[in-house]
Amino acid sequence: MTGAAGPPLAGATGGYGFTVPVLRLGDVLLVTLQGELHDGMAEQLQHDITSRIAGSRVTGVVIDISGVDIVDSFLGRVLAEIAAGAGLLAARTVLAGMRPAVAITLVELGLTLPGLRTALDVERAMELLTGDPRDGERSP
Amino acid sequence: MTASRHAAPATLPIGSDADLAWVRQQVRQAAAELGFGLVQQTKLVTAASELARNTLVHGGGGHVVLTPLHTGQAQGLRLSFVDSGPGIRDLEQAMTDGYTSGGGLGLGLSGSKRLVQEFEVDSTPGGGTTVTVTAWATIVPPTRPGL
Repeated sequence: MTGAAGPPLAGATGGYGFTVPVLRLGDVLLVTLQGELHDGMAEQLQHDITSRIAGSRVTGVVIDISGVDIVDSFLGRVLAEIAAGAGLLAARTVLAGMRPAVAITLVELGLTLPGLRTALDVERAMELLTGDPRDGERSP
Repeated sequence: MTASRHAAPATLPIGSDADLAWVRQQVRQAAAELGFGLVQQTKLVTAASELARNTLVHGGGGHVVLTPLHTGQAQGLRLSFVDSGPGIRDLEQAMTDGYTSGGGLGLGLSGSKRLVQEFEVDSTPGGGTTVTVTAWATIVPPTRPGL
C-alpha cells in the first residue's frame, strides 16, 4: 500500500504499468477510467481515491466511465465501495457517462448500484456536485 | 479468396488478473467477428468476466475454451470455463442471487445465466467445475408485442 500524500495529478498504477488519471478540479476529484481495468488496479484505485479525499478538502468525486466497455460485479462493487467510502469522508460521488450497453447488461446481471448517483456525462456530474442551490450564488 | 470462417476452438489460460483481461478481449473479438451486436457483445463479455473470475478465485485457476458455432444461418459462441478446484457442493445455493462463498456480491453464476441463452454447470465436489455458456448472434433484436 502506498502513502496518501501524492502529487496533485498522481493516479493509481496498480502495478500494471498504466495509470488512472485523477484530476483535482476545485473541490471535486475527477477520475477517468478507460479500457481494461485489472482487478488489482481497481482495488488500488479505491485506496488512492479514499486517501486523496481524506488528504485534501474535496467534497465531490466524479468517476467518468464513458471509456469503459464492461462493468462486471467486481468493478461494480469497487465503484459502490468508493462511493460509500467517499460518503463517510463527507464527499459525494457521481458516476458519469455509463454506456447504454453497460447499463442494459448491469440490469440483467442484477447489479443496479442503488445509492450510487449517476449523470449522463462529466459536465452534468460537475453541475450536480457544484450546483447545490442552497449554497446560493456568489454576488458581487 | 476469403479464408474459412470456421475458426477452430481456442483455449486460453485463466491464472491471473491479466488473464481475465485477455479473456475479455478475446471473447469480445470473437463475438464481434461472429456478428454479435454491441449489447450482445457487452452481455457475453460481462458473463465471461464473471465466470473467468469464478474459475480464478473459486477454482484456483483453469482455462476457457472458446468455440465458434455455425448452425445453418445462426452464429454462436460457446465458452467453457474449466477448473479442477474443490467443485460446488450445493449448486442450487450457488445459483441463488446474493449467495457468495468468496466475499463478492454473489451475482457471478446467477447473473451470468441471465446474460446468455444457454447455461450449464457440471461440478462434482473435489472434482472441479465446468461452466458452459452459449450465446447466439441475432441480426435483428426480437421485439416483444405490446412494447
